[in-house]
Amino acid sequence: MSMSTELPQKSSSLYEWLTTDTPTSRKQARLSSWYRSWLELRSNPMAMFGIAILLALVLIAWFAPLLAPQSPFTQDLAARLTPPGEGGYILGSDSLGRDILSRLIYGSRITLYIVSLVALMAPIVGLFVGTAAGYLGGWIDVTLMRITDIFLAFPKLILALAFVSALGAGIENAVLAIVLTSWPPYARIARAETLTIRNADFIHAIKLQGAGALRIITRHIWPLCISSLVIRVTLDMAGIILTAAGLGFLGLGAQPPSPEWGAMISAGRKFILDHWWVATMPGLAIFIVSLAFNLLGDGLRDVLDPKKNSK
Amino acid sequence: MSQGNNAGIGLEHVNVWFGEHEERVDAVKDAGFAVPFGGSFGLVGESGSGKSTILRAITGLAPDWSGKISVLGQDLGQDRGKEFYSAVQMVFQDPYASLHPRQTVDRVLSEALSLHGFDTINDRIIKILDDVGLDQSFRFRWPHQLSGGQRQRVAIARALIIEPTILLLDEPTSALDVSVQAEILNLLTRLRTERGLTYLMVSHDLAVVGHMCSEIAVMNDGEIVEVLSVEDLRALKANHPYTRQLLDASVQKRKNE
Amino acid sequence: MTNLLEVKNLTVKFPTRHGVFEAVRRISFSLGRERLGIVGESGSGKSMTGRAILRLIKSPGILEADYITLEGKDLLTLSEKEMRRVRGHRISMIMQDPKFSLNPVMRIGDQICEGYRLHARASRAEAKKKTLSMLETVLIRDPERVFNAYPHEMSGGMGQRIMIAMMLIPDPQILIADEPTSALDVTVQKEVLEIMDKLVRERGMGLIFISHDLNVVSAFCDRVLIMYSGRIVETCRADQLHEATHPYTVGLLNSIPQLEHPVDHLEVLQRDDAWSKDPSVSGIVETEEIA
Ligand SMILES: Nc1ncnc2c1ncn2[C@@H]1O[C@H](COP(=O)(O)OP(=O)(O)OP(=O)(O)O)[C@@H](O)[C@H]1O
Ligand SMILES: Nc1ncnc2c1ncn2[C@@H]1O[C@H](COP(=O)(O)OP(=O)(O)OP(=O)(O)O)[C@@H](O)[C@H]1O
Ligand SMILES: [Mg+2]
Ligand SMILES: [Mg+2]
Repeated sequence: MSMSTELPQKSSSLYEWLTTDTPTSRKQARLSSWYRSWLELRSNPMAMFGIAILLALVLIAWFAPLLAPQSPFTQDLAARLTPPGEGGYILGSDSLGRDILSRLIYGSRITLYIVSLVALMAPIVGLFVGTAAGYLGGWIDVTLMRITDIFLAFPKLILALAFVSALGAGIENAVLAIVLTSWPPYARIARAETLTIRNADFIHAIKLQGAGALRIITRHIWPLCISSLVIRVTLDMAGIILTAAGLGFLGLGAQPPSPEWGAMISAGRKFILDHWWVATMPGLAIFIVSLAFNLLGDGLRDVLDPKKNSK
Repeated sequence: MSQGNNAGIGLEHVNVWFGEHEERVDAVKDAGFAVPFGGSFGLVGESGSGKSTILRAITGLAPDWSGKISVLGQDLGQDRGKEFYSAVQMVFQDPYASLHPRQTVDRVLSEALSLHGFDTINDRIIKILDDVGLDQSFRFRWPHQLSGGQRQRVAIARALIIEPTILLLDEPTSALDVSVQAEILNLLTRLRTERGLTYLMVSHDLAVVGHMCSEIAVMNDGEIVEVLSVEDLRALKANHPYTRQLLDASVQKRKNE
Repeated sequence: MTNLLEVKNLTVKFPTRHGVFEAVRRISFSLGRERLGIVGESGSGKSMTGRAILRLIKSPGILEADYITLEGKDLLTLSEKEMRRVRGHRISMIMQDPKFSLNPVMRIGDQICEGYRLHARASRAEAKKKTLSMLETVLIRDPERVFNAYPHEMSGGMGQRIMIAMMLIPDPQILIADEPTSALDVTVQKEVLEIMDKLVRERGMGLIFISHDLNVVSAFCDRVLIMYSGRIVETCRADQLHEATHPYTVGLLNSIPQLEHPVDHLEVLQRDDAWSKDPSVSGIVETEEIA
């Protein structure tokens, strides 16, 4: 029945191998499905723009020592609060005469560090709690969800503040605090998704193959929750960066003189009226990275949303 | 699992219900029948009368039941072991709900094989796809790229691939057109003669049940109202008024031609 | 030309990167105030045809047609917003996958009520009354319980009947029913077909009835399109289905098991590649001919 009229196509054997409709091995099928998702993502210019910015961020963080014109910590009180473009300070200097550009470049490392740790830990905790609650049901569900509710009931920043003040200031503790405050929504999402699928016949079918609860949860339920979580996490990234910056701003995250963007804004706020660049430049950096994550999140939603492909 | 002679599936005074107190629904009431080992038994009846529920109770998917269910000579409790699942497989009624939306046909089949510790996974998958009449280009497709009938064939392949001895078939061919239905029914018949499988088959198509089964139970509103042999069915010899109504309607359907 | 619906050269394709798979290939047909059956092999494009009329082909699928006119108005020219008004209001579709089309975590009654209230702006109590009576019409035994139940608590046939009830509420001009009775036993099936029949006769609805069951189609429909591999290979009056001449149709008819004539081995269809190459037969009929 399968009728196919040939299309003119690129004649690269790898390309063909990746895009065939009749893969001959499991590896090929998996690679080709990833490749297709990538092609779809690639056709979304906004998402690509987001990826480009994030890629640039990674490269900047990686090559910070090469890219930064000065050390982020060298003070030059004679050149304090130099406006952008003057005296070799491309983005100006701060109140201690440190080069803002260099500090931003080194600060990207901290931002990336926080973002990747949170992005790894929070959704995994949420996924575990949510799917276990949703699938196992009963008292496990009740207990886990009440705990989730308690965490949800507090405003995020306040809770993070409480944690940091208890644990002591510092980046690691800030990360921990952010993770502790940001997993509950993921648990909620994962549980809701699980509830819609746990009574589906395909879950029953795998049960009848003799699979245990752990295998069903991790191998059959997780894949269905992960796409909505990935989208949500990407969209939340902006918020996470802002929370980290907020903690930095309040002096509870990264400690001076480390060039964390939020702490930089905080330091610059005293001069906001006369020396706008000190607070604005790190603000812009936060804005651009948050925007990039949002664009990528939207693009991913188009590619990953199972509802789009389900029928 | 030890095989008592002649014991395939046995149900005695089985009740199945869902929910508690005023929400309680009695889906199956006092059902009983026996399917000999290697036999083929049909369940027909009104929509919503509890046919699927009986199959679910046997496989342990309906947790609340009472009475006695035995499979291959062994009485079943609340839990079903690994042994049970390698002996008993089920094909679900709704082909759209029974395939994982994020798993390719290959993944579905290989997962079943690996759970039961089979080797030569590749060869078996190629063989089973061929048996159910899907060509190899379907092997790495996602469910959303398949039509209803193609999905159902994948579901049948999943049940058959681990070589069970008892197959519970819930309307296995209602999503299939008659030509594919004929192929699947022939396959099932062949497997039964080759491997001595036992079938418990639900269908609303009396002709299909008549073709496949030697004994047929008729259900209405949760109860088995009559068990008749296929000869009686063909001769339209029914005692219970509901059975007669059912036979009349399906004969009439044909008369209209 | 007073056909309710006319479809000309409809094609649905899926660009797989290895070429284009054409699920429906240049088919034309019309629908008057009648019962039009579509039968054909699994995977022959029946459901795609139904979805295409409602422009519900999801990307990457591509829908092409010269025109799809609903009472003279070309649906292909409508905006997505206008199309949403057509769906459900003027053309309803009962999907092949009943439970899949219902929200698994919302009570059935609420889902039907919501649809009804969107349509009729009725009060809550009114909607509930209407919903219960609709459930009763499709022979649901215990409407109150079903009203408060979740989709997974329904049997296969109950799910189908719930979908039917939902789609009938807006009183559509055209109903596309994709295997609406495949999970129903003969007695209930008869009743459900009668409901649809009444709508066609009394309200002049047009019905597209997609089914595998050749007996039902020949008994119930006025006209039949027989599809094979994305094309219409034959059209005929439903009561003459058993005299059909195309080898595919004949093969189909031969593979039906018969209660009265038991056989050990059912005949299977020997497919011929030539069938999928023949040009599609037109299923367009001017209205006078039907009457
Ligand atoms: N999980 C559940 N919770 C509550 N009620 C249920 C559940 N599953 C099934 N039921 C009820 O049990 C009854 C029997 O359902 P069952 O699925 O066994 O019917 P069936 O005979 O298979 O019908 P069909 O031919 O329509 O598939 C129905 O009234 C149904 O609503
Ligand atoms: N997303 C897709 N990509 C590729 N092929 C597809 C896709 N969706 C559907 N198809 C193919 O299109 C063909 C027509 O499908 P359709 O659902 O219309 O079949 P059908 O006639 O309704 O069959 P059935 O009776 O089994 O439901 C099938 O062969 C199917 O495999
Ligand atoms: Mg059922
Ligand atoms: Mg279909």
